[in-house]
Amino acid sequence: MKDDGINRREFLKGAVAGGAVATTTAVGLAPQVAEAQQKPAAAPANPGYSYLNLEEAAFVEAMVDHMIPADQYSPKGTDLGINIFIDRALAGGWGKGDRLYMQGPWKVGHPNQGYQLPLKPADLYRAGIAATNAYCKKTYSKSFDQLPAAQKQEVLTGLQGGKINFEGGLPARTFFGTMYQTVMEGMFSDPIYGGNRNKAGWRMIGFPGVVAVHAQNIEKFRDKKYVVEPLSISDLS
Amino acid sequence: MATRLKEVDAVIVGLGWTGGIMAAELTKAGMKVVALERGADRGTTDDYTVPNIRDELRYVHRHDLMQNTARDTITVRNNPSQEALPMRRLGSFLPGDGVGGSGVHWSGVTWRWTDQEFNVRTMYEERYGKKFIPEDMTIQDWGISYAELEPYYEKFEYTAAVSGKAGNLKGVIQPGGNPFEAPRARDYALPPLKTIHASQMFNDAAIKQGYHPFPIPCANASQAYTNPDGQKFGACQYCGFCQRFGCEANAKGSPHVAVIPVARRSPNFELRTHAWVTRVMKDPSGKRVTGVQYTNLLNGEEYEQPANMVLLTAYAINNVHLMLLSGIGEPYDPVSQKGVIGKNYCYQTGVNANLFFDGKNFNPFMAAGGSRFAMDDFNTNWDFDRGPHGFVGGFTLSAGFNTSLPIGNRPVPSGTPPWGTGWKAALVKNYQQFMNINSSGSVMANRYNCFDLDPTYKNAFGQPLMRMTFDYKANEQKMGTLAAKLVNDLAKSMNPTSFNPARARESWTVVPYQSTHNTGGTIMGVNPKVSAVNKYLQNWDYHNLFVIGANVFPHNNSYNPTGPVGALAYWTADAIINKYQKNPGALVSA
Repeated sequence: MKDDGINRREFLKGAVAGGAVATTTAVGLAPQVAEAQQKPAAAPANPGYSYLNLEEAAFVEAMVDHMIPADQYSPKGTDLGINIFIDRALAGGWGKGDRLYMQGPWKVGHPNQGYQLPLKPADLYRAGIAATNAYCKKTYSKSFDQLPAAQKQEVLTGLQGGKINFEGGLPARTFFGTMYQTVMEGMFSDPIYGGNRNKAGWRMIGFPGVVAVHAQNIEKFRDKKYVVEPLSISDLS
Repeated sequence: MATRLKEVDAVIVGLGWTGGIMAAELTKAGMKVVALERGADRGTTDDYTVPNIRDELRYVHRHDLMQNTARDTITVRNNPSQEALPMRRLGSFLPGDGVGGSGVHWSGVTWRWTDQEFNVRTMYEERYGKKFIPEDMTIQDWGISYAELEPYYEKFEYTAAVSGKAGNLKGVIQPGGNPFEAPRARDYALPPLKTIHASQMFNDAAIKQGYHPFPIPCANASQAYTNPDGQKFGACQYCGFCQRFGCEANAKGSPHVAVIPVARRSPNFELRTHAWVTRVMKDPSGKRVTGVQYTNLLNGEEYEQPANMVLLTAYAINNVHLMLLSGIGEPYDPVSQKGVIGKNYCYQTGVNANLFFDGKNFNPFMAAGGSRFAMDDFNTNWDFDRGPHGFVGGFTLSAGFNTSLPIGNRPVPSGTPPWGTGWKAALVKNYQQFMNINSSGSVMANRYNCFDLDPTYKNAFGQPLMRMTFDYKANEQKMGTLAAKLVNDLAKSMNPTSFNPARARESWTVVPYQSTHNTGGTIMGVNPKVSAVNKYLQNWDYHNLFVIGANVFPHNNSYNPTGPVGALAYWTADAIINKYQKNPGALVSA
C-alpha cells in the first residue's frame, strides 16, 4: 500500500472519522478496486485480519515486505500472504499457546533452558510490535511502518543482533526469533494457511510440494534439475 | 474414588514399539492383555493420507503427532547447582503421542548395538587400564551379550521391514556392508534403498579416504514386503516426508503397521486410548505390583486396572517418571551416588557441516528416511585407538537427506544476509546444491546426569514433573572436537564451492532439535545395587514389573536406539512367556 503513497492505517482511521483524507484516498483507490473486481479468480490482496489490530497490521505488512521484497525471485511478502499467515497463526491454537506449558513460577533461566516467558506467541507478538514501535518513535520519531528502508533494516538488524533493548523488559531477541520463524513459515508452508500464495515460495526454490512419488525419479533425476508445477494440499483436495 | 476393574494377565502402559511388540507376543501366547495409551487411536487410512499428511507446518513445526507439553513436560538444567525450569515446548527431542508412539514419526534407522556397548567398562579397562575412565563416568556393563540378543535383533529387523546390506554374515565380511558390524546369522529383511546422489558422493569420498561407508540400515521397505506375522508393507516412494510424519504407503516400519494389528486381531487383547496412567499400584509385601491407576481423559474418571503383570512400555522418559511417581526402587542421589531410579540419563552429541556445490542438483525432496550412508570407522571399529584422543565411546559419520523440507531447511553459506533479495538469491542458488555431513556421537554416563522429581513444577494431574539434569562432559567435548575435524577434512576432500564447517557442541541446550534418543534412568545390570532391572528388564524389587525401552540402557551409543529397544522387547517377551509364566518370580537371583 505504501507504494501508492497511502498509509492504510491512517486511511482507515480517517475513514472512521469521516475526514478529508478518507475522501481523497477513496477516490485514489477506486481504479485499482475496479480492476481487482474484474479478476474474480485472483486471491484478494488482503482478506482481512482476525487478530492483528491496525497498528499491528501496518507493522506486519511493512516488516514482511521489507524482509521479502518484490524482486526477480518472488512477489513481496504481502503479495505472498505472509501477513495473513502470521495473523491466522496468532489467532489460532499455536498463537494461543495450545502446546505451551504455562504454569509458573516464571524465571529468566539460562538460554539453554529455552523459552521461559509468561507470554503465549500472540501476546509476545503484540508486546513486541508495541515495543518496536515505541523504540522507532523514540529513535526516529516514526512508527516502524513509516520508516524508510534503510532505517527498517537498522531496526530489524538491531532486534536480531541484540543491539536494541526494549524498555519494559521484553527480550527483543526472543520477539525477533518468533517473528522471523513466522515469516519463514508464511513463505514456505502449504498455502492452506494463508501464506506462500500461489505456491510462489515453493516455486522460487523448486520445491515440488505435496505430490512426492519419487521411487522412479531417484535415478532419472540424479544430479538433474527436477522442474514441475508444485502442488499444494488444496490442489489435491 | 477410582473404579476397580476386572483383573487381566498383563497391563501394558503405552502402545508404541515396545508396547506393540509385547501386546502381539503375549496375546499370541494366550495371555489376556489390556493396553492403556494416553493418546488417540490413529492409523494410516484416516490420518496419514495424501495430501493432508504432507504438511510441514503441522507435523514438523506444530508437533501434531508429538506429546503436548501443556499437559505434561519435564524440567531441565545443565547441572545440580542450577534451578531447573520447565521445557515449555518441545525442542531438543520429540516423544510421540497416540497409538504407535514415536514409532509413527521416526525415520526407521535400525542398528545392532554390539558388545562394545554391553561390555563397555570391561573392554576399556582391559585395553586402557582403570584410570582411563574418569572417576565421575558411571559406565557399567549391561549384563547381556550380543550373542544372546542376536536372534532378537533379527526378529525385530524382519518384523519392521528393515532394508540394508549385511557387512558380516556369520563372520564373513560382505562387500558393500558395514565391515565393523557384529556377525549376523542372516542378511537384512530387504535389500538396501536406492542410493541418492548426496549419499553416493559421500560414499565415494569416504572410500577415497580409506574409510568403509555403507547404506544405513533402515525400516523403510525397499520393496513390498510381508513380515513373519503376515503384516503387509508397501514399497517406499522416497517422498521426502518421513521423519515427523506417518507413512501413507505403509512402507515405514511402524508399530501400527508391523505389530499392533497382530494384537488387535486377537480376542485376548483390549486397547483403551485416552487412558493416562498416573501410578503403578504395589502390594504391601513389596514383592509384587498389583496393577495401575489411570484417568480416562474422555471424562476425567479414575480407574484401577488390576493385573498379574505390569509392563511399562511408554517413551523412555515417561517410564522413568512413572517409576519415580510410584515410589518403586530407591531414587538416585548424585551426591551420595546411592539409589538407582533416575541414574545414568544419557543423550547424544553430534556435529554437522553444510557443503555447497555450484552446478549440482541434489533434489533434497527425493529421499527416504534412510537415504543416507554412514561409516563406523570411528565407532564400532575397535581397532580405532581412543588412547591418544582420551575419550570413551565413538561416533558415526554419515551423509544424505532425510526429510529436508523448506520451512526447516534453508541452506545458505555462512555470511548470507538473513532476509531480503540477497538472502533469496543465496537460497535459490543453494537449495538444490546443498548436502551435509553429520556425525552422531555417543554419550557416556556421568554421575551428575540424571533424573529425579522436580520440587516445584507439576503436570496437569498435579504430579511433580520429572527433572532432567544433563550436560556434555569433557569426554563428549573431546570426541566432538575430533568428529568435527574429521567431518571437515572429509568435506574439504570433496572440493565443495563453499562449506559451513562442523563445530563440536559444548553445552546441551533444550533447543533446537537434536535427537529423540534419550536413554537411561531405570538401567539394566548385574545386580540391584547398580541397576533397576535385570537382563530380562524385570524389576529387581517387584518381580511382576517389567520396564521396557531405552530407559534400560546404562549409557548411550552414537547409534539410534530402536534396534536394541525392539530386540530387548522380543527378548523380554520370550523370557516372560517361556520362563516367567512357568515359574513366576525373579528370573535372576539378586
